[in-house]
Amino acid sequence: MMSERYLNAGVLIALLIVPIWAHLADAPYTITLATRVAILALAAVGLNIALGLGGLVSLGHAVFFGIGGYAMGVLAHHAQTYTALDLGIFTVDGTKSMPIIWLVAVGTSAVAAVIIGALSLRTSGVYFIMITLAFGQMFYYFAISWSTYGGEDGLSIYLRNDFPGLNTLIPIQFFAICFAVLSLVLLLQAGVSRSAFGLALNAARQAPTRVEAVGLNPKRLQFVAFILSATITGLAGALFADLNRFVSPSMFSWQFSGEIMVFVILGGVGRLCGPVVGAAVFVLLEHVLGGLTEFWHIYLGLILLIIVQFARGGIVGLLATDRGQHG
Amino acid sequence: MSTVLIIEQILNGLQFGVMLFLMAAGLTLIFGVMGLINLAHGSFYMIGAFAAAAVAALTGSFVLALVAALIAAALAGALVEMTVIRRLYATDHLDQVLATFALILVFSEGTRWIFGSFPLFLDIPEFLSGPITLPGGIAYPLYRLALIIVGLLVAVFLWALIEKTRLGIQIRAGENDREMIAALGVDISRLYTMVFALGAALAGLAGALVGAIQSVQVGMGEPVLILAFVVIVIGGIGSIKGAFIGALLVGLTDTLGGIFLPEVFKLFMEHSAATTIGSSLASMAIYILMSAVLILRPTGLFGASQ
Amino acid sequence: MADPILETRGLSKSFGALKASDDISMTLKPGEIHALIGPNGAGKSTLIQQISGALQPDAGTIALMGQDVTGHSMQARAKAGLARTFQISNLVMKDTVLQNVMLGALGASGRVWRFFSPILSNQSLLDVAEHALERVGLHDHRDRRTDELSHGQRRQLEVAIALTLKPKAFVMDEPMAGLGADGSKRLTGFLDTLRNEAPILLVEHDMDAVFALADRISVLVYGRIIATGSVYDIRANPDVRAAYLGDEA
Repeated sequence: MMSERYLNAGVLIALLIVPIWAHLADAPYTITLATRVAILALAAVGLNIALGLGGLVSLGHAVFFGIGGYAMGVLAHHAQTYTALDLGIFTVDGTKSMPIIWLVAVGTSAVAAVIIGALSLRTSGVYFIMITLAFGQMFYYFAISWSTYGGEDGLSIYLRNDFPGLNTLIPIQFFAICFAVLSLVLLLQAGVSRSAFGLALNAARQAPTRVEAVGLNPKRLQFVAFILSATITGLAGALFADLNRFVSPSMFSWQFSGEIMVFVILGGVGRLCGPVVGAAVFVLLEHVLGGLTEFWHIYLGLILLIIVQFARGGIVGLLATDRGQHG
Repeated sequence: MSTVLIIEQILNGLQFGVMLFLMAAGLTLIFGVMGLINLAHGSFYMIGAFAAAAVAALTGSFVLALVAALIAAALAGALVEMTVIRRLYATDHLDQVLATFALILVFSEGTRWIFGSFPLFLDIPEFLSGPITLPGGIAYPLYRLALIIVGLLVAVFLWALIEKTRLGIQIRAGENDREMIAALGVDISRLYTMVFALGAALAGLAGALVGAIQSVQVGMGEPVLILAFVVIVIGGIGSIKGAFIGALLVGLTDTLGGIFLPEVFKLFMEHSAATTIGSSLASMAIYILMSAVLILRPTGLFGASQ
Repeated sequence: MADPILETRGLSKSFGALKASDDISMTLKPGEIHALIGPNGAGKSTLIQQISGALQPDAGTIALMGQDVTGHSMQARAKAGLARTFQISNLVMKDTVLQNVMLGALGASGRVWRFFSPILSNQSLLDVAEHALERVGLHDHRDRRTDELSHGQRRQLEVAIALTLKPKAFVMDEPMAGLGADGSKRLTGFLDTLRNEAPILLVEHDMDAVFALADRISVLVYGRIIATGSVYDIRANPDVRAAYLGDEA
């Protein structure tokens, strides 16, 4: 048992040390695994803002992950084939620059979140869950039918995109980028949860009528949280596409929405580093159990059932001495 | 486009709709009575299909296959209710989502473990195969027509069950006031197990019936589950009538949209672009319908307004 | 005669066959405490909910400072200067006491769209919040988690949040409930001075407090106001005695 602050520091240091060791020991696969953890964690950090801070049980966050992925795929595809991207009123060239791709991923995710959020937040509770799940499926089928960009087969990008001053093809350098983005976002989230908005959002989740009674609109607070949350998951999607140099409709799948939620709950809902712990444990389980049996999802399912029964606060909740906002 | 084709597509839409109704009815009952969101409902659909395929392969009898599907899904439902679901009634939706998501993993991978990754096939029985000529000279597959009839019969059965029987009274009481049915001396945990098993059996029946016109494979249940959610959002949660109307709307919109939207776009667009845009839009049609309902009536067409 | 701060006209609300509010017209004037009493099930809560915006009336109007607010949300009414305390404490239970009052101060300031500067180092909001805690006597508990507070302390926190809103009118739903004799006495003394800042519409079961505080009393029975008047009038009113006080006085 330790204070959550030290636990958070420990988690991030561990996530940093493992790939550095792997780099020195020349084990690039381990670096790739760590990069995967960092990116999946980032996606879950996004969801945690909607779910943990805003109380919005979104089962459609794969939408934003997929949008981020396709932002990368589409832009890089046009850059790679030297074709212009026709946006109806004007055309633009593709790009191989990560920062620009990120900007587009964040922007398009935000637009999608405004539309989905405005519709879904007309309801609450179990409706919200079903609607976000349904919109996820809509994007999934849309990606499948979008033959310009590979349809069901997805889209391969042969070279990883560029980041100024770094060689992204070297695993440890790409890891560094992902880790830096993750750390920065966590820092921002820590700031936001202590801000005026964070206080009001936290109250909107726990006692919406109280928030109304002091003259604030809880739904509007949640709406903004939903958009913030979506942009972060979208950014993670762009990085994930770059890690695999491949995008496909499966980034939009309901299974992935469920998995991001599993990362958050496994680690600890509302805990700053809960998603990081959850994603790391998930990738480890996938690696270890997946090596033992083809049917490792059965064991994952059983572990999750045990968590629901006995460890409501997730792993961080078990380890940290601080009481969480959900405990 | 001919009248025959239009009528054929309308019938296809109805057939799809009534199968969605079997899924949505169980989901909405379970939510109405127990307040539970069950993501694992698609697993019962899959279990029904696999049980039917296995029994049909063994005995060659389609009727026995359907009976097996009903029994297997109901048993799986009752078992899951008594071991896992029962502990979730008092918890929040997030726990329910996580636990039932975990159940999907267990059921899907368990089925893959037993039956392997290759799809199974369930044949349409002899006495229902081939086309039938409808009034007006339209040839339509007899089996699909039978699905529509079975779906409508189940709808009537559910209506009678809820409106006319003792169990129905208990279910309606349970939707309104849990304490009241306890006060009436009803064994709540038995009632809940029965409602859950009933919902599971309906899903299993749908899986077996649809399994004969599609392949039976792991993961077949979840896309149908999500469509059933769309049905419930449109129809209003907890309402069987809403589930019925919503299911038919979704079935018709999806089927007719896929056929007609590309044609509509061809009226003012170049041929191949119209096909691309039309079919992309058609894949989104039911979600657009759902959005429209959300804007006009956030609690669904037949949901209790707030 | 000063214009009323809060006024309802012909407010009616039915649930099925039950008329919970039946043509209710009443006012809250500057500087007064107007107590609303009546037996259980008389429709006090329904009336409070319509005034605060949690329920829409079937007919009738509600005006705040002469402005019609009938169709407005609870949030809009709070912004317009109506502060409400809840019958069942409605607090952010897993936050600290200070965070709860800060929420009120934040709502009153309207500056909620600030994403980075830590709110607990915003001195002007902090001053408002701490002052409110001092006034209700909760300052020593400011860093405790709200779910650790006693029932009575939670009632005090409800009042403190209402204070941070610097409202034009208070609507208090049974603030004395569960306070105990000492607590009620202290709160009675406090409300007595508070009326000079803003008038109070007070729903209360504690008759000692009502008789000690109220400038006017309205008696609600079966959704209708059967009498309004001074403490003396109400005590002497035979209808009231028969309908309500009869079994208590």
